[in-house]
Amino acid sequence: MRLLPLALLMLPALGTAGGGYVGLPGGIYKSVLAYEDTGGNIPLAAFDLMRQPVTNAEFLEFVRRHPQWQRPNVPSVFAESRYLSHWAGAMELGSTALPDQPVVQVSWFAASAYCEADAARLPTWNEWEYAAAADETRRDARADPAWRTQILSWYSRPSNQALAQVGQSPANYYGVQDLHGLVWEWTEDYASMLVSADNRTQNEQDRLQFCGAGAIAMDDRENYAVLMRVALLSSMEGAHLTSNLGFRCARNVTGTTP
Amino acid sequence: MRIILLLLGLLLGQTVVAADALPEDSVYQLRDNFTDQDGREFVLASRRGTPQLVAMFYTSCRYVCPLIIDSAKAVNHELGPDERAALRMLLISMDPVRDTPAVLRATADQRKLDSQRWTLAQTGKDSVRRVAALLGVRYRELNDGEFNHTSALVLLDADGRVLARTEQLGSKPDPAFMDQVHAALAKPGAKTMPDLSTKN
Repeated sequence: MRLLPLALLMLPALGTAGGGYVGLPGGIYKSVLAYEDTGGNIPLAAFDLMRQPVTNAEFLEFVRRHPQWQRPNVPSVFAESRYLSHWAGAMELGSTALPDQPVVQVSWFAASAYCEADAARLPTWNEWEYAAAADETRRDARADPAWRTQILSWYSRPSNQALAQVGQSPANYYGVQDLHGLVWEWTEDYASMLVSADNRTQNEQDRLQFCGAGAIAMDDRENYAVLMRVALLSSMEGAHLTSNLGFRCARNVTGTTP
Repeated sequence: MRIILLLLGLLLGQTVVAADALPEDSVYQLRDNFTDQDGREFVLASRRGTPQLVAMFYTSCRYVCPLIIDSAKAVNHELGPDERAALRMLLISMDPVRDTPAVLRATADQRKLDSQRWTLAQTGKDSVRRVAALLGVRYRELNDGEFNHTSALVLLDADGRVLARTEQLGSKPDPAFMDQVHAALAKPGAKTMPDLSTKN
Protein backbone atom coordinates (compact mmCIF):
# COMPACT_ATOMS: atom_id res chain seq x y z
CA MET A 1 0.00 0.00 0.00
CA ARG A 2 2.71 2.44 0.96
CA LEU A 3 5.05 1.31 -1.79
CA LEU A 4 2.84 2.25 -4.70
CA PRO A 5 2.73 5.99 -4.13
CA LEU A 6 6.43 6.02 -3.35
CA ALA A 7 7.20 4.23 -6.57
CA LEU A 8 5.15 6.77 -8.46
CA LEU A 9 6.93 9.61 -6.76
CA MET A 10 10.16 8.35 -8.19
CA LEU A 11 8.91 8.47 -11.76
CA PRO A 12 10.42 11.30 -13.77
CA ALA A 13 8.22 14.29 -14.42
CA LEU A 14 6.38 13.91 -17.71
CA GLY A 15 6.13 17.58 -18.65
CA THR A 16 2.78 18.59 -20.03
CA ALA A 17 1.59 14.98 -19.90
CA GLY A 18 0.92 15.82 -16.27
CA GLY A 19 2.13 12.57 -14.86
CA GLY A 20 -1.08 10.70 -15.63
CA TYR A 21 -3.07 8.93 -12.97
CA VAL A 22 -2.15 7.48 -9.61
CA GLY A 23 -4.11 4.81 -7.79
CA LEU A 24 -5.76 5.56 -4.45
CA PRO A 25 -6.86 2.73 -2.18
CA GLY A 26 -10.45 2.51 -1.08
CA GLY A 27 -11.55 2.94 2.50
CA ILE A 28 -13.97 4.64 4.83
CA TYR A 29 -13.27 8.24 5.64
CA LYS A 30 -14.97 11.02 7.50
CA SER A 31 -16.24 13.73 5.20
CA VAL A 32 -16.48 17.31 6.32
CA LEU A 33 -20.05 17.17 5.03
CA ALA A 34 -22.31 15.32 7.43
CA TYR A 35 -25.42 14.28 5.58
CA GLU A 36 -28.27 12.81 7.57
CA ASP A 37 -28.04 9.48 5.79
CA THR A 38 -24.27 9.04 5.94
CA GLY A 39 -23.38 10.60 9.26
CA GLY A 40 -20.27 11.73 7.44
CA ASN A 41 -18.72 8.26 7.13
CA ILE A 42 -18.15 7.65 3.45
CA PRO A 43 -17.12 4.28 2.03
CA LEU A 44 -15.04 4.74 -1.10
CA ALA A 45 -13.92 2.17 -3.67
CA ALA A 46 -10.35 2.35 -4.92
CA PHE A 47 -10.00 4.83 -7.79
CA ASP A 48 -7.41 6.47 -9.98
CA LEU A 49 -6.90 10.21 -9.88
CA MET A 50 -4.89 12.53 -12.10
CA ARG A 51 -1.67 13.45 -10.43
CA GLN A 52 -2.02 17.07 -11.50
CA PRO A 53 -4.78 19.33 -12.77
CA VAL A 54 -5.35 19.37 -16.53
CA THR A 55 -3.15 21.99 -18.19
CA ASN A 56 -3.76 24.49 -20.97
CA ALA A 57 -1.60 22.40 -23.29
CA GLU A 58 -3.60 19.28 -22.55
CA PHE A 59 -6.89 21.07 -23.01
CA LEU A 60 -5.67 22.58 -26.28
CA GLU A 61 -4.95 19.07 -27.54
CA PHE A 62 -8.44 18.05 -26.46
CA VAL A 63 -10.16 20.84 -28.38
CA ARG A 64 -7.99 20.06 -31.39
CA ARG A 65 -9.40 16.53 -31.40
CA HIS A 66 -12.92 17.57 -30.42
CA PRO A 67 -13.74 20.72 -32.38
CA GLN A 68 -17.17 20.96 -30.80
CA TRP A 69 -15.34 22.15 -27.67
CA GLN A 70 -13.43 24.93 -29.42
CA ARG A 71 -14.45 28.32 -28.14
CA PRO A 72 -16.58 29.45 -31.11
CA ASN A 73 -18.41 26.13 -31.30
CA VAL A 74 -19.62 25.69 -27.74
CA PRO A 75 -23.30 26.56 -27.25
CA SER A 76 -23.90 28.92 -24.36
CA VAL A 77 -25.96 26.30 -22.52
CA PHE A 78 -22.72 24.35 -22.04
CA ALA A 79 -20.36 27.20 -21.23
CA GLU A 80 -20.63 30.91 -20.56
CA SER A 81 -19.26 33.26 -23.16
CA ARG A 82 -16.01 33.74 -21.22
CA TYR A 83 -15.14 30.08 -21.86
CA LEU A 84 -11.35 29.91 -22.47
CA SER A 85 -11.39 33.66 -23.11
CA HIS A 86 -7.89 33.99 -21.60
CA TRP A 87 -6.51 32.03 -24.55
CA ALA A 88 -5.17 34.09 -27.44
CA GLY A 89 -7.50 32.29 -29.86
CA ALA A 90 -9.68 29.25 -30.28
CA MET A 91 -6.59 27.18 -31.04
CA GLU A 92 -3.86 29.35 -29.57
CA LEU A 93 -2.79 29.73 -25.95
CA GLY A 94 -0.76 32.95 -26.10
CA SER A 95 1.05 34.75 -23.34
CA THR A 96 -1.77 34.75 -20.79
CA ALA A 97 -2.27 30.99 -20.92
CA LEU A 98 1.03 29.15 -20.58
CA PRO A 99 1.11 25.49 -21.58
CA ASP A 100 1.85 24.17 -18.09
CA GLN A 101 -0.58 26.35 -16.22
CA PRO A 102 -3.77 24.61 -15.14
CA VAL A 103 -6.62 25.24 -17.57
CA VAL A 104 -9.30 27.47 -16.06
CA GLN A 105 -12.44 29.18 -17.38
CA VAL A 106 -13.86 25.80 -18.29
CA SER A 107 -17.42 24.81 -17.50
CA TRP A 108 -18.48 21.58 -15.84
CA PHE A 109 -19.80 20.39 -19.19
CA ALA A 110 -16.44 21.02 -20.86
CA ALA A 111 -14.47 19.46 -18.02
CA SER A 112 -16.74 16.40 -18.07
CA ALA A 113 -16.31 16.05 -21.82
CA TYR A 114 -12.52 16.22 -21.47
CA CYS A 115 -12.55 13.42 -18.94
CA GLU A 116 -14.93 11.29 -21.00
CA ALA A 117 -12.60 11.64 -23.96
CA ASP A 118 -9.87 10.31 -21.68
CA ALA A 119 -12.04 7.29 -20.76
CA ALA A 120 -12.41 8.90 -17.35
CA ARG A 121 -14.80 11.13 -15.42
CA LEU A 122 -14.56 13.98 -12.97
CA PRO A 123 -13.89 12.83 -9.41
CA THR A 124 -16.80 12.83 -7.02
CA TRP A 125 -16.67 15.35 -4.21
CA ASN A 126 -15.95 12.49 -1.79
CA GLU A 127 -13.03 11.26 -3.86
CA TRP A 128 -11.61 14.75 -4.12
CA GLU A 129 -11.98 15.46 -0.42
CA TYR A 130 -10.49 12.08 0.47
CA ALA A 131 -7.44 12.67 -1.72
CA ALA A 132 -7.07 16.22 -0.44
CA ALA A 133 -7.12 15.14 3.21
CA ALA A 134 -3.57 13.82 2.87
CA ASP A 135 -0.36 15.69 3.41
CA GLU A 136 3.03 14.48 2.29
CA THR A 137 3.26 11.68 4.84
CA ARG A 138 -0.22 11.04 6.22
CA ARG A 139 -3.44 9.85 4.63
CA ASP A 140 -5.42 12.17 6.85
CA ALA A 141 -3.68 15.29 8.08
CA ARG A 142 -6.81 17.30 8.62
CA ALA A 143 -6.65 17.34 12.40
CA ASP A 144 -3.19 18.93 12.34
CA PRO A 145 -3.49 22.69 12.99
CA ALA A 146 -0.16 23.36 11.28
CA TRP A 147 -1.38 21.71 8.08
CA ARG A 148 -4.60 23.69 8.17
CA THR A 149 -2.72 26.91 8.63
CA GLN A 150 -0.47 26.10 5.71
CA ILE A 151 -3.44 25.48 3.43
CA LEU A 152 -5.19 28.63 4.53
CA SER A 153 -2.07 30.65 3.80
CA TRP A 154 -2.21 29.38 0.22
CA TYR A 155 -5.80 30.50 -0.09
CA SER A 156 -5.01 33.92 1.28
CA ARG A 157 -2.82 34.73 -1.71
CA PRO A 158 -4.36 37.33 -4.01
CA SER A 159 -6.28 35.71 -6.82
CA ASN A 160 -5.21 38.24 -9.41
CA GLN A 161 -1.70 36.84 -9.60
CA ALA A 162 -0.84 34.62 -12.54
CA LEU A 163 -1.43 30.95 -11.82
CA ALA A 164 1.64 28.85 -11.15
CA GLN A 165 2.47 25.90 -13.34
CA VAL A 166 1.10 22.55 -12.28
CA GLY A 167 3.36 20.17 -10.38
CA GLN A 168 5.18 22.78 -8.29
CA SER A 169 3.82 21.59 -4.97
CA PRO A 170 5.09 18.47 -3.20
CA ALA A 171 3.20 15.27 -3.92
CA ASN A 172 0.92 14.13 -1.15
CA TYR A 173 0.84 10.67 0.46
CA TYR A 174 -0.84 9.23 -2.63
CA GLY A 175 1.43 11.02 -5.10
CA VAL A 176 -1.19 13.63 -6.00
CA GLN A 177 -0.18 17.28 -6.42
CA ASP A 178 -1.84 20.68 -6.40
CA LEU A 179 -5.01 19.70 -4.58
CA HIS A 180 -4.54 22.81 -2.49
CA GLY A 181 -3.07 26.15 -3.32
CA LEU A 182 -3.39 26.29 -7.10
CA VAL A 183 -6.96 26.22 -8.44
CA TRP A 184 -10.47 25.27 -7.42
CA GLU A 185 -11.58 22.06 -9.08
CA TRP A 186 -14.84 20.81 -10.54
CA THR A 187 -16.32 17.62 -9.21
CA GLU A 188 -18.69 15.33 -11.06
CA ASP A 189 -21.39 15.88 -8.45
CA TYR A 190 -20.91 19.60 -7.81
CA ALA A 191 -24.71 19.86 -8.02
CA SER A 192 -25.21 17.43 -5.15
CA MET A 193 -24.29 20.05 -2.59
CA LEU A 194 -27.68 21.11 -1.41
CA VAL A 195 -26.54 24.17 0.42
CA SER A 196 -29.10 26.82 -0.32
CA ALA A 197 -28.34 30.43 0.39
CA ASP A 198 -30.82 30.55 3.20
CA ASN A 199 -30.87 27.04 4.60
CA ARG A 200 -29.74 28.26 7.98
CA THR A 201 -33.41 28.90 8.52
CA GLN A 202 -35.34 25.78 7.60
CA ASN A 203 -38.64 27.42 6.84
CA GLU A 204 -41.56 25.88 4.98
CA GLN A 205 -40.25 26.86 1.58
CA ASP A 206 -36.95 25.06 2.20
CA ARG A 207 -38.68 21.92 3.29
CA LEU A 208 -40.69 21.92 0.11
CA GLN A 209 -37.67 22.63 -1.98
CA PHE A 210 -35.74 19.59 -0.82
CA CYS A 211 -37.24 16.18 -1.34
CA GLY A 212 -36.39 13.54 1.24
CA ALA A 213 -33.94 13.91 4.08
CA GLY A 214 -32.71 17.33 5.05
CA ALA A 215 -29.76 19.34 3.92
CA ILE A 216 -26.18 18.89 5.01
CA ALA A 217 -24.42 20.05 8.09
CA MET A 218 -20.81 21.09 8.19
CA ASP A 219 -19.28 18.52 10.48
CA ASP A 220 -15.88 20.10 10.76
CA ARG A 221 -16.25 23.82 11.13
CA GLU A 222 -12.53 24.34 11.52
CA ASN A 223 -11.74 23.00 8.08
CA TYR A 224 -12.23 26.32 6.34
CA ALA A 225 -10.20 25.41 3.30
CA VAL A 226 -12.52 22.57 2.39
CA LEU A 227 -15.62 24.49 3.38
CA MET A 228 -14.65 27.26 0.97
CA ARG A 229 -14.63 24.68 -1.81
CA VAL A 230 -18.05 23.47 -0.77
CA ALA A 231 -19.35 27.02 -0.79
CA LEU A 232 -17.90 27.66 -4.23
CA LEU A 233 -19.16 24.46 -5.83
CA SER A 234 -22.59 24.80 -4.31
CA SER A 235 -22.94 28.20 -5.93
CA MET A 236 -22.01 27.03 -9.44
CA GLU A 237 -24.14 25.96 -12.38
CA GLY A 238 -22.94 23.59 -15.08
CA ALA A 239 -22.20 26.30 -17.63
CA HIS A 240 -20.46 28.58 -15.16
CA LEU A 241 -16.73 29.16 -15.09
CA THR A 242 -14.23 31.27 -13.22
CA SER A 243 -10.65 32.37 -13.74
CA ASN A 244 -9.39 30.01 -11.04
CA LEU A 245 -11.63 26.98 -11.43
CA GLY A 246 -10.02 24.04 -13.21
CA PHE A 247 -10.31 20.27 -12.93
CA ARG A 248 -8.63 16.90 -12.95
CA CYS A 249 -10.11 13.54 -13.95
CA ALA A 250 -10.63 10.26 -12.13
CA ARG A 251 -11.23 6.68 -13.19
CA ASN A 252 -12.84 3.66 -11.67
CA VAL A 253 -10.41 0.88 -10.97
CA THR A 254 -11.35 -2.18 -13.00
CA GLY A 255 -13.33 -4.66 -10.97
CA THR A 256 -14.62 -2.20 -8.41
CA THR A 257 -17.82 -0.24 -8.33
CA PRO A 258 -17.85 3.45 -7.53
CA MET B 1 -25.23 -0.08 -23.20
CA ARG B 2 -22.11 1.37 -21.75
CA ILE B 3 -20.63 1.90 -25.17
CA ILE B 4 -23.79 3.58 -26.36
CA LEU B 5 -23.72 5.91 -23.39
CA LEU B 6 -20.09 6.66 -24.05
CA LEU B 7 -20.79 7.49 -27.67
CA LEU B 8 -23.66 9.70 -26.66
CA GLY B 9 -21.40 11.40 -24.23
CA LEU B 10 -18.93 12.15 -26.98
CA LEU B 11 -21.73 13.67 -29.01
CA LEU B 12 -22.64 15.97 -26.17
CA GLY B 13 -22.20 19.54 -27.16
CA GLN B 14 -22.01 19.02 -30.86
CA THR B 15 -23.82 21.84 -32.45
CA VAL B 16 -26.61 21.15 -34.84
CA VAL B 17 -25.75 22.61 -38.22
CA ALA B 18 -27.64 23.95 -41.19
CA ALA B 19 -31.20 25.13 -41.52
CA ASP B 20 -32.65 23.73 -38.34
CA ALA B 21 -29.85 24.98 -36.12
CA LEU B 22 -30.95 25.23 -32.53
CA PRO B 23 -30.36 28.43 -30.60
CA GLU B 24 -27.12 28.08 -28.65
CA ASP B 25 -28.94 28.70 -25.40
CA SER B 26 -31.37 25.84 -26.02
CA VAL B 27 -31.55 22.98 -23.57
CA TYR B 28 -32.18 20.85 -26.66
CA GLN B 29 -28.46 21.12 -27.47
CA LEU B 30 -28.17 18.09 -25.22
CA ARG B 31 -27.91 15.05 -27.47
CA ASP B 32 -28.52 12.33 -24.92
CA ASN B 33 -31.14 9.65 -25.50
CA PHE B 34 -34.28 9.42 -23.42
CA THR B 35 -36.91 6.67 -23.27
CA ASP B 36 -40.57 7.45 -22.65
CA GLN B 37 -43.24 5.53 -20.74
CA ASP B 38 -44.01 3.49 -23.83
CA GLY B 39 -40.41 2.50 -24.41
CA ARG B 40 -39.86 4.88 -27.32
CA GLU B 41 -36.46 6.51 -27.56
CA PHE B 42 -36.18 10.20 -28.27
CA VAL B 43 -33.80 13.13 -28.05
CA LEU B 44 -34.85 16.41 -26.51
CA ALA B 45 -34.60 18.24 -29.82
CA SER B 46 -37.44 16.08 -31.14
CA ARG B 47 -39.70 18.06 -28.83
CA ARG B 48 -39.13 21.28 -30.74
CA GLY B 49 -42.21 23.07 -31.93
CA THR B 50 -44.30 23.66 -28.82
CA PRO B 51 -43.55 25.09 -25.39
CA GLN B 52 -42.80 22.47 -22.75
CA LEU B 53 -43.15 22.29 -19.03
CA VAL B 54 -40.21 20.26 -17.71
CA ALA B 55 -39.47 18.89 -14.26
CA MET B 56 -37.31 16.21 -12.69
CA PHE B 57 -38.70 13.66 -10.27
CA TYR B 58 -38.55 10.01 -9.29
CA THR B 59 -41.49 7.72 -8.77
CA SER B 60 -40.55 6.14 -5.45
CA CYS B 61 -40.31 9.53 -3.77
CA ARG B 62 -42.79 9.81 -0.95
CA TYR B 63 -42.61 13.51 -0.24
CA VAL B 64 -42.17 16.23 -2.79
CA CYS B 65 -42.37 14.29 -6.05
CA PRO B 66 -46.12 13.65 -5.98
CA LEU B 67 -46.29 17.39 -5.45
CA ILE B 68 -44.25 17.98 -8.61
CA ILE B 69 -46.85 16.19 -10.71
CA ASP B 70 -49.60 17.96 -8.78
CA SER B 71 -47.95 21.31 -9.50
CA ALA B 72 -47.64 20.58 -13.20
CA LYS B 73 -51.30 19.55 -13.20
CA ALA B 74 -52.19 22.77 -11.39
CA VAL B 75 -50.52 24.80 -14.14
CA ASN B 76 -52.58 22.91 -16.70
CA HIS B 77 -55.72 23.46 -14.69
CA GLU B 78 -55.38 27.23 -15.06
CA LEU B 79 -55.07 27.06 -18.83
CA GLY B 80 -57.84 27.45 -21.35
CA PRO B 81 -58.55 24.50 -23.67
CA ASP B 82 -56.51 25.94 -26.56
CA GLU B 83 -53.61 26.73 -24.31
CA ARG B 84 -53.72 23.31 -22.72
CA ALA B 85 -53.66 21.64 -26.11
CA ALA B 86 -50.51 23.55 -27.02
CA LEU B 87 -48.43 22.77 -23.92
CA ARG B 88 -46.57 19.52 -23.45
CA MET B 89 -45.19 18.16 -20.20
CA LEU B 90 -41.89 16.35 -19.77
CA LEU B 91 -41.07 14.70 -16.45
CA ILE B 92 -37.55 13.31 -16.34
CA SER B 93 -36.67 10.70 -13.74
CA MET B 94 -33.45 11.12 -11.77
CA ASP B 95 -33.61 7.41 -10.84
CA PRO B 96 -32.66 5.48 -13.97
CA VAL B 97 -32.33 2.22 -12.08
CA ARG B 98 -35.84 1.94 -10.74
CA ASP B 99 -37.81 4.16 -13.08
CA THR B 100 -38.00 1.88 -16.08
CA PRO B 101 -40.49 2.64 -18.84
CA ALA B 102 -42.89 0.12 -17.26
CA VAL B 103 -42.73 1.90 -13.91
CA LEU B 104 -43.20 5.27 -15.62
CA ARG B 105 -46.16 3.89 -17.56
CA ALA B 106 -47.74 2.69 -14.30
CA THR B 107 -47.21 6.11 -12.73
CA ALA B 108 -48.72 7.85 -15.75
CA ASP B 109 -51.76 5.59 -15.52
CA GLN B 110 -52.10 5.96 -11.80
CA ARG B 111 -51.88 9.74 -12.00
CA LYS B 112 -54.16 9.80 -15.07
CA LEU B 113 -51.65 11.60 -17.28
CA ASP B 114 -52.67 11.82 -20.93
CA SER B 115 -49.80 10.35 -22.94
CA GLN B 116 -50.52 12.66 -25.85
CA ARG B 117 -49.31 15.53 -23.73
CA TRP B 118 -47.33 14.03 -20.86
CA THR B 119 -44.01 12.29 -21.32
CA LEU B 120 -42.34 10.54 -18.41
CA ALA B 121 -38.77 9.81 -19.33
CA GLN B 122 -35.87 7.65 -18.26
CA THR B 123 -32.31 8.42 -19.23
CA GLY B 124 -28.84 7.24 -18.21
CA LYS B 125 -27.11 8.23 -15.02
CA ASP B 126 -24.67 10.55 -16.80
CA SER B 127 -27.36 12.26 -18.80
CA VAL B 128 -29.50 12.69 -15.68
CA ARG B 129 -26.57 14.69 -14.35
CA ARG B 130 -26.30 16.72 -17.54
CA VAL B 131 -29.98 17.49 -17.91
CA ALA B 132 -30.18 18.42 -14.22
CA ALA B 133 -27.30 20.82 -14.77
CA LEU B 134 -29.11 22.39 -17.72
CA LEU B 135 -32.32 22.78 -15.74
CA GLY B 136 -30.58 24.02 -12.59
CA VAL B 137 -31.82 21.07 -10.53
CA ARG B 138 -29.51 19.93 -7.73
CA TYR B 139 -29.77 16.42 -6.38
CA ARG B 140 -27.93 13.78 -4.41
CA GLU B 141 -28.59 10.07 -4.21
CA LEU B 142 -28.98 8.86 -0.63
CA ASN B 143 -27.74 5.62 0.84
CA ASP B 144 -31.23 4.13 0.79
CA GLY B 145 -31.78 4.90 -2.90
CA GLU B 146 -33.91 7.96 -2.27
CA PHE B 147 -32.80 11.34 -3.54
CA ASN B 148 -32.38 14.77 -2.09
CA HIS B 149 -33.21 17.26 -4.76
CA THR B 150 -34.40 20.74 -5.48
CA SER B 151 -37.78 20.87 -7.18
CA ALA B 152 -38.45 23.14 -10.09
CA LEU B 153 -40.91 23.55 -12.89
CA VAL B 154 -39.11 24.88 -15.94
CA LEU B 155 -40.89 26.44 -18.92
CA LEU B 156 -39.15 26.01 -22.27
CA ASP B 157 -40.08 27.83 -25.45
CA ALA B 158 -40.67 26.00 -28.71
CA ASP B 159 -36.92 25.88 -29.32
CA GLY B 160 -36.00 24.62 -25.87
CA ARG B 161 -34.86 27.90 -24.34
CA VAL B 162 -35.64 28.43 -20.67
CA LEU B 163 -38.34 31.08 -20.42
CA ALA B 164 -39.12 30.77 -16.73
CA ARG B 165 -38.71 28.53 -13.75
CA THR B 166 -40.32 28.29 -10.37
CA GLU B 167 -39.55 26.40 -7.20
CA GLN B 168 -42.90 27.33 -5.76
CA LEU B 169 -44.85 24.10 -5.77
CA GLY B 170 -48.39 23.28 -4.79
CA SER B 171 -51.95 23.33 -5.99
CA LYS B 172 -51.86 27.11 -6.47
CA PRO B 173 -49.35 27.90 -9.24
CA ASP B 174 -46.80 30.67 -8.88
CA PRO B 175 -48.62 33.68 -10.47
CA ALA B 176 -45.49 35.13 -12.08
CA PHE B 177 -44.72 31.73 -13.60
CA MET B 178 -48.32 31.38 -14.82
CA ASP B 179 -48.01 34.73 -16.60
CA GLN B 180 -45.00 33.39 -18.47
CA VAL B 181 -46.86 30.22 -19.41
CA HIS B 182 -49.79 32.21 -20.79
CA ALA B 183 -47.42 34.47 -22.69
CA ALA B 184 -45.53 31.54 -24.20
CA LEU B 185 -48.75 29.91 -25.35
CA ALA B 186 -50.08 33.13 -26.82
CA LYS B 187 -47.26 33.28 -29.35
CA PRO B 188 -48.34 32.68 -32.94
CA GLY B 189 -47.58 29.19 -34.12
CA ALA B 190 -47.69 27.74 -30.64
CA LYS B 191 -51.34 26.77 -30.90
CA THR B 192 -51.05 23.46 -32.65
CA MET B 193 -49.47 20.22 -31.58
CA PRO B 194 -46.88 18.66 -33.84
CA ASP B 195 -47.64 15.25 -35.28
CA LEU B 196 -46.68 12.85 -32.52
CA SER B 197 -46.02 10.03 -34.96
CA THR B 198 -42.83 11.83 -35.99
CA LYS B 199 -41.70 12.08 -32.40
CA ASN B 200 -38.79 9.74 -32.86
